[in-house]
Amino acid sequence: MKKAVLILSIFFASNLFAQSNEKTIPAVEIKTLDGKTFNTKDIDNGGKPIVIDFWATWCSPCKAELNAIAENYADWQKETGVKIIAVSIDDARNMEKVKPYVQGKNWEYEVLLDPNGDFKRAMNVNNVPHLFILDKDKVIVYQQNSAAPGDDEKLFELVKKVANNEPIK
Amino acid sequence: MQKFFFLLTVIISSGYSISIAQNKQSQENNLGEIHGNVQVDFQIYNNDSAIGAPKVPEKFRLNGFTNLIYTKGKFTAGIRYENYQNALLGFDQRYNGSGIPFKFANYANNGWDITAGNYYEQFGSGLILRAYEERGLGYDNVFEGVRIKFSGIKGLSLKGLVGKQRIFFGLSDGIVRGFDGEISLNELIESRKDKKQNLFLGGSFVSKYQSDQNNVFILPENVGSWEGRARLVSGNFNFAAEYVYKINDPSAVNKYIYKPGEALLLSAAYSQKGLGINLSVKRIDNMNFRSDRDATLNNLLINFLPALTRQHTYNLAATIYPYATQPNGELGMQADVIYTIKKGSLLGGNYGTTVLFNFSNAYNIDVKPTGDEMGYKSDYFTFNNDMYFQDVNIEINKKINKSWKVNLMYANFVFNGKVITGVTDKTEVVYANIGVVDVTYKINSKNAIRTEIQTLTTKQDKGNWATFLSEYTFSPHWFYSVLLQYNYGNPNPDKRLLYPIGNIGYTKEAHRISIGYGRQRAGIFCVGGVCRQVPASNGLSVSITSSF
Repeated sequence: MKKAVLILSIFFASNLFAQSNEKTIPAVEIKTLDGKTFNTKDIDNGGKPIVIDFWATWCSPCKAELNAIAENYADWQKETGVKIIAVSIDDARNMEKVKPYVQGKNWEYEVLLDPNGDFKRAMNVNNVPHLFILDKDKVIVYQQNSAAPGDDEKLFELVKKVANNEPIK
Repeated sequence: MQKFFFLLTVIISSGYSISIAQNKQSQENNLGEIHGNVQVDFQIYNNDSAIGAPKVPEKFRLNGFTNLIYTKGKFTAGIRYENYQNALLGFDQRYNGSGIPFKFANYANNGWDITAGNYYEQFGSGLILRAYEERGLGYDNVFEGVRIKFSGIKGLSLKGLVGKQRIFFGLSDGIVRGFDGEISLNELIESRKDKKQNLFLGGSFVSKYQSDQNNVFILPENVGSWEGRARLVSGNFNFAAEYVYKINDPSAVNKYIYKPGEALLLSAAYSQKGLGINLSVKRIDNMNFRSDRDATLNNLLINFLPALTRQHTYNLAATIYPYATQPNGELGMQADVIYTIKKGSLLGGNYGTTVLFNFSNAYNIDVKPTGDEMGYKSDYFTFNNDMYFQDVNIEINKKINKSWKVNLMYANFVFNGKVITGVTDKTEVVYANIGVVDVTYKINSKNAIRTEIQTLTTKQDKGNWATFLSEYTFSPHWFYSVLLQYNYGNPNPDKRLLYPIGNIGYTKEAHRISIGYGRQRAGIFCVGGVCRQVPASNGLSVSITSSF
């Protein structure tokens, strides 16, 4: 019973925050694929929508979703100007394989490395895949945890709304 | 429990005050933001002696986590409340109870970044120092102390820290002090700005202090360690090297020998559109490094020694014979190739076909016992014939048309169970073949069925296994799955058991709940090369995650 109270209370509390909050991107230093330091406050797309997608080379649903989007990414960009930033949370075990994978799969995304989960923690990501849609003011307007076939099509619908400055809910 | 209700009151009242505050935010926008996440995993256990599930007297166990982060301009503060009542089967029962093991305040301005309280950190690739959290493993070696970072000059990054590490709901006996610096030549030196080759150089020094309470040995109270690293990025090539050295550090893990430790990691990568290659070599010699010399298992590790093997995702390949790094000594290599056959070609079809090949192995280092307190001598580049692990695997990803997608995988494993699991009654070396067929059928834009058939065949250990998985997803909210695992080749006919599990999950944006019921087989659960043994269990398990 106490546990049930606990869970309900946590949800109650979390809903309060959820309703009340405008959410922006925290400033965290991570790396680019070329080894340079990158501060996440510099994430930008000139007022066009941004998608930040946390993934890892060992995460099958993450890769399935990013591979599905990759097929249509050029069209998405043409239509909405969206920029997808794929943040890999691979640690030292797989970090050196990220760039070969990205190139091997012909991804055109901007890819960042978060090998110790600093950005992941600051964004309150529990597990991958987890994506965020940012509007023209770089405010987070949507989040999605988990990925299933077809989610990419829904994502594009949302990105189009954001590109047109329409509310997405 | 009182503590908990106190905390809850704090959370809820702060939630109210902030929601009130935030209504005014549109005008003022200076009250800051508060965000967080929640994860609750609980399980109701059935008795199941057939699969060897341990008895759970409580019947019900729960792990819960709540993170809250408050940000206002350059100031950030946060806490994590953890609750284990009692810790789920497979987690260290010393976690039982609850508390706030993570709390911090941070101020960042003009390139300076100061943290008081808890912080995670990694120097280089972590060979010398890495503090991180992996909840699924019950792994958290976070520091508590002070950390200062400076990155005010482009191309230069400096870090200094002092702290004690977390051990369950307490702190380590030993104190860790560390300093790290890294430069990016092209960013630091104006004249190199437009050069195609970029060189990164870095180094760190880490020392731990722990008093010597031992009457038998004279133990070093201060153990120093240094690390140097370089990375060259040139066009499509990427070379990285890292070396770490540690002075004598007798510990429970190395059986109190006084030999210094070292580790070397080399990596070369080439990539262009459609092709990626990565080669790496690793040598580890007596490089177990902890803030308490008597700590074992996954406790109080200061550094991180990655397993350079493929991190498999298919059930039978990932959880039955995974490799775990041997900190006392190993010599290994890995080759990883990914190639996408162009679309429009005969083999590429309409969407392109991707082929992934991976080879990895690990051997013991050359060891010549010296019979004294140094323990042994080791010739640097001599391979010992004592094989710990080998994995050769190939995978093909093929999208046939808009509806059908196929993945095929084959892997051949050599697994030295006695060394890797440390269980001495295990069959010494296991030779296993694994085959996987994974087919996705997308019915329409919202509905899809994915089916996996996997087999593992071996003459050793528990013999042959088969796995069947069927997953139905209804985008974007629902998923249903059935997982059947069958140990049909177990040498003991009474152990030829079926392990069925059914799962239902619902996701709405950043909120997710999944419910599973069935038999979970014992296995080795690994994330990033750190592993934990998970005992068999039977029952209902629920996992809830939410970010806000």
